[in-house]
Amino acid sequence: MRSSKFDTTNLLCGLLFIGLGLFFAIQSLTLDLGTAFRMGPGYFPLILACALIQFGGIILVQSLRIEGEAIGHIAWRGMLFILPAPIFFGLTVRGLGFVPAIFLAALIASFASSKMKPLTALVLSFCLTIFSILVFSYGLGLPFRRFGPWLGF
Amino acid sequence: MDFFSNLALGFATASSIENLFFCLIGVLLGTLIGVLPGIGATATIAMLLPITFQLEPVSSLIMLSGIYYGAQYGGSTTAILINMPGESSSAVTAIDGYQMARKGRAGAALSIAALGSFFAGTVATFLVAIFAPPLTAIALQFGAAEYFSLMVVGLVSSIALAHGSIIKALAMVSLGLLLGLVGTDIYTGTPRFTLGIREYSDGLNFVAVAVGVFGIAEILRNLESEKTRSLLMAKVSGLLPTKDDFRQMIAPVLRGTVIGSALGILPGGGAILASFASYTVEKRMSKNPEEFGHGAIAGVAGPESANNAGAQTSFIPLLTLGIPANPVMALMIGAMIIQGIVPGPNVATEQPALFWGIIASMWIGNLMLVVLNLPLIGLWVKLLTIPYYVLFPIIMAFCSIGVYSVNSNVYDLFAVAFFGFIGYVLVKLRCEPAPLLLGFVLGPLLEENLRRAMILARGDPSTFLTRPISATLLLIAAAVLLVVLLPSVRKKREAVFQEED
Repeated sequence: MRSSKFDTTNLLCGLLFIGLGLFFAIQSLTLDLGTAFRMGPGYFPLILACALIQFGGIILVQSLRIEGEAIGHIAWRGMLFILPAPIFFGLTVRGLGFVPAIFLAALIASFASSKMKPLTALVLSFCLTIFSILVFSYGLGLPFRRFGPWLGF
Repeated sequence: MDFFSNLALGFATASSIENLFFCLIGVLLGTLIGVLPGIGATATIAMLLPITFQLEPVSSLIMLSGIYYGAQYGGSTTAILINMPGESSSAVTAIDGYQMARKGRAGAALSIAALGSFFAGTVATFLVAIFAPPLTAIALQFGAAEYFSLMVVGLVSSIALAHGSIIKALAMVSLGLLLGLVGTDIYTGTPRFTLGIREYSDGLNFVAVAVGVFGIAEILRNLESEKTRSLLMAKVSGLLPTKDDFRQMIAPVLRGTVIGSALGILPGGGAILASFASYTVEKRMSKNPEEFGHGAIAGVAGPESANNAGAQTSFIPLLTLGIPANPVMALMIGAMIIQGIVPGPNVATEQPALFWGIIASMWIGNLMLVVLNLPLIGLWVKLLTIPYYVLFPIIMAFCSIGVYSVNSNVYDLFAVAFFGFIGYVLVKLRCEPAPLLLGFVLGPLLEENLRRAMILARGDPSTFLTRPISATLLLIAAAVLLVVLLPSVRKKREAVFQEED
């Protein structure tokens, strides 16, 4: 790996904090700031956002001085399958209903690991669905529709 | 005696069949997930939090506390058996506990940890019962300025105890506070930072943020390198410690309890500090310090007791002031708010059954851990052999169901994915998530009290310094910040955290 003259991790970290700080600062400015006596909705967030930008700046400056270790391995495959699982569940739980939504969400999440075999994933998701129906739907009585309107019953 | 009648009320509440049942479930679930490596107490509670929302407030909080001790206990089990602490506070246990296990004394190490924890838990429960009421009385005198300053102390301490760079921790707190402000402004009703999404006008869902930042980020991190864990599947035999072991563990347990109880009250994650402090003390006091690192009994007994005592007494600031001492307590505050209880000094007077019930259930929970877990250790050991790739789809499914069940708000699930991503990115950039979560919980409270204090003082910021309690608190905060920034302390602090990793 090429050794860089700066700490990449902290460089990115500083930039991220500055970016987030700017986002909140700009948003705050569109709100009523008020005075120190009667603070408006934008007053405190603006202070915090400025602090965040400052901290980001310090991290950024520090990163230029020292060489740092690399970020290391990133779980791309993990992100690709784990993060969509709750989103998919959210998009389908009303339409498809609880049972298919949880089955498919578990199935998606299963593939985040390179060790998972398709058949194991199917069996696992199936057992998990049965268990969830028993515990959450019947046991705890959560008000979910088990099968939604998209399926026609 | 008020004290005894209060405790009696507490035990009456906590020992109703229903609450005993939920306490048991909590302890078992907590241990179950705490045993699974790589998932600490905070992540465990974040994931199981939604399950408790369907319950009565008392039962729900009792179950959550049970999950907390259970997870902690599970964490020490893995620390001893496979040298993989479930969370940072049991990292110290791994040093000597694992060595004991390698010498074939895993059973003894586990029971020493359990018995030490139980003793410490018993003492700490009484301490909570004794000290909570007077502190509540003081807290009732607090005005907006005092609350503001107190929260500043809490946030600063969380920075001091976070791993790694202090500047990063400061940035994380600011970010957490900002995220906490998302939603409708309480004074004017203006929506803030919602990006025009109406579903976020009540603020970001606390459970979604916690599950994302702690749970999902943790899963992603574990998926980075899927090594097979090399298990020391030492046969766990000879559970009972010998007489000699008992003699050796008494003094460390007592010292650990004292250290842990004192440090646990400190806002900002006292339990971790407590186990480190206890280990250092034991090493200094020991007649043969060379034993440490090679399976010293005191090296398991002391830190485990300190850890558990600290875990209990960290409920004191939560119950009396409504200020969380660590991320777990922040989760408890979130749970209380969702249950419609405003955390703070009024809980003790308005809901005595809840207040004392929780305290009593702490002791019951600890007792259950000892009685149940020692015989069940074999089962927990078996659990360690479940491959990780089977576990996380299960965790993901439960997280999704759990988060959705809180408000039936689909946008909360999107927030989970988003905060899982953000949490993972921040972990990769070596930022500790604990200060962020603490900031997130305290954000709205901090702003509300700041604004109220400023209105009361007619816009004069010196009010924070002219009111004695507030001034003292701010001085403490400034002192803590100064101390951690001092170069010499900084080096030591880095050394401590290095050891931990």
